[in-house]
Amino acid sequence: MSQPTLPADPAALGTALEGTGYLPDEGLATAAYLALVMHRPLFLEGEAGVGKTALARALAEVTGRPLYRLQCYEGLEASHALYDWDFGRQLLHLRAAEAAGTAERTEDLEASLYDRRFLLARPLLQALEDSPSVLLVDEVDRADDEFEAFLLEVLSDFTISIPELGTVRAETPPLVVLTSNRTREVHDALKRRCLYHWLEHPDFEREVAILRRRLPDVTETLARQVARATAQLRTLDLLKPPGVAEAMDWATALHALGARELDPDVAARTLGAVLKYREDTDRVHALARGALFGG
Amino acid sequence: MGDNGAAPGTRDVVTTVLGFARTLRHAGVAASPDRVEAMLDAVGHLDVLDPSAVYWAGRLTLCGSPDDLDRYDAAFAAYFGGEAPRPRRASGAEQPRVAQTASLGTGEGSEEGGEPSDLATRASGEEVLRHRDVAELTLPEREQLRRLFALLVPAAPMRASRRRSPSAHGSIHRARTVRRALRDGGEITRLAHHRARPRPRKVVLLVDVSGSMSPYADALLRFAHAAVRARPASTEVFTIGTRLTRVTRELRLRDPDRALAASGSAIPDWSGGTRIGEVLKAFLDRWGQRGTARGAVVVVCSDGWERGGADLLAEQMARLQRLAHAVVWVNPHKGRDGYEPLTAGMVAALPSVDHFVAGHSLAAFEELAGVMTRA
Repeated sequence: MSQPTLPADPAALGTALEGTGYLPDEGLATAAYLALVMHRPLFLEGEAGVGKTALARALAEVTGRPLYRLQCYEGLEASHALYDWDFGRQLLHLRAAEAAGTAERTEDLEASLYDRRFLLARPLLQALEDSPSVLLVDEVDRADDEFEAFLLEVLSDFTISIPELGTVRAETPPLVVLTSNRTREVHDALKRRCLYHWLEHPDFEREVAILRRRLPDVTETLARQVARATAQLRTLDLLKPPGVAEAMDWATALHALGARELDPDVAARTLGAVLKYREDTDRVHALARGALFGG
Repeated sequence: MGDNGAAPGTRDVVTTVLGFARTLRHAGVAASPDRVEAMLDAVGHLDVLDPSAVYWAGRLTLCGSPDDLDRYDAAFAAYFGGEAPRPRRASGAEQPRVAQTASLGTGEGSEEGGEPSDLATRASGEEVLRHRDVAELTLPEREQLRRLFALLVPAAPMRASRRRSPSAHGSIHRARTVRRALRDGGEITRLAHHRARPRPRKVVLLVDVSGSMSPYADALLRFAHAAVRARPASTEVFTIGTRLTRVTRELRLRDPDRALAASGSAIPDWSGGTRIGEVLKAFLDRWGQRGTARGAVVVVCSDGWERGGADLLAEQMARLQRLAHAVVWVNPHKGRDGYEPLTAGMVAALPSVDHFVAGHSLAAFEELAGVMTRA
């Protein structure tokens, strides 16, 4: 794969990201640039739906690197993140060797069992083997403390040692993006290894630009109205304020219904695309609908 | 860059960054040396003369949580003498603010070391605690009670988990079975089993430190300390009063008295009024819904004297019950003869409470520990 040359400064990276349809502000562009040149993981925190995961995808596209994604969950273990041996195939191999009578010396047979082809690489190992790559460790706040400590070790020296095979070291460390919704406090030791960025909802103009860019069929008017209404919803102290992702869903839903403008009636019908709690919907309905979604 | 900003020379950049880090530490952001080193590295990759590049280089490397950001902005403005290039955050969602660390406003810690003087905050914390009326106990009695509290180890409630560990029974662990077979030349001679390993369930304690609760706040925090010491990773403690304060970090200190002193200095609203509904909402918005209360045993320690609206409290309690595995309400007055939960706050909260228990004596706390374990 031919590697595009890396952007020379944050502004250049920002422009490149815009080319993929991801519109970062100055802070995020600087964060991504520094992660790239300092070889430090980028730790992104912020409300759900502000575009944390999407950034990793956009960065993979810009740098022309493959993207590996590790979704974290409670109980995630090293064997799910690093590698595992394909025991079934190993057993099959053993039986086949026996049946064929080719089993010469025991050591040879044993060594052949731990061949690379019986190794199942999981995202962390894949990202190192395939480096330079982009590694997305999604929702790291969901994993437990043990896994965090393990991750810290891998992200510190970007090496993984496999007892039967040897050490895998990344020539160029992968560009690592960790995301967290802040459901719990991630350990400080892990954060210290990373660049820390708190991602906010985009401002009005940027949100309009994002909507226009990602949904070219949606009219300018509709995009502006959706962005304005979404921004207003965010000020209402809802249980789940809508993110960019929800604004995009909303615009898509409106567009699918053939709406060219946001009027109270069509807004009420599509509210399920933006609001995800009954309490929130009730609340918005109770407020003057006309005032909220008026032209 | 401001008048006293970085000049092109490398040494000046280093001096400037170190000075800025010192300012930042005084503002309460723990800018550790390795973070400062990272900032120097970051600045090296950017245009040193561009204030906004310097701003971002510092923010990305020196900050570690959303709570640091406002302090960072203030320190940046103060040190570089310019407005921070970041647009102000419009969100009102983060209110009321949560004090994450020990208070920093002693104004004394301006020495080279930089950390807000630990001794000063501790002393002021002890000062605060000394004025707590710890019910009507004599000094020896109180001493004894403290020792007993130190022995109290609330066991954590357990829950099932996805993690499995080897066991004599349970479902078959295919990987281990085959691995063993490989050693035996491909012959499966024995099946390996594993079964789900129970894990401690999260516990959240919300301790009311308002005026009406002051005789019991010390005891409740001691209980909370014992719970945190028993399960540091799965226990969270917040104080509620006029605002929400997370004191988990302070309570992780091993010595109960030091832990209480540290949390005392972190709590800005000792013996103030109570707005449980509002503060509960802040807890749920900022922590609870994101996961802290999800599936947890939540213990609210309060007498239910609510100055705010009871409707809000009822609404938030219902929300809490939907998130939590179990809601326990501890009311010290419940231990008294003839107590009836008649305060507006209690009436509003009780429909959403799974266990309503007393919390006025050590015996009551032992019982509470039992309720929490079985919840």
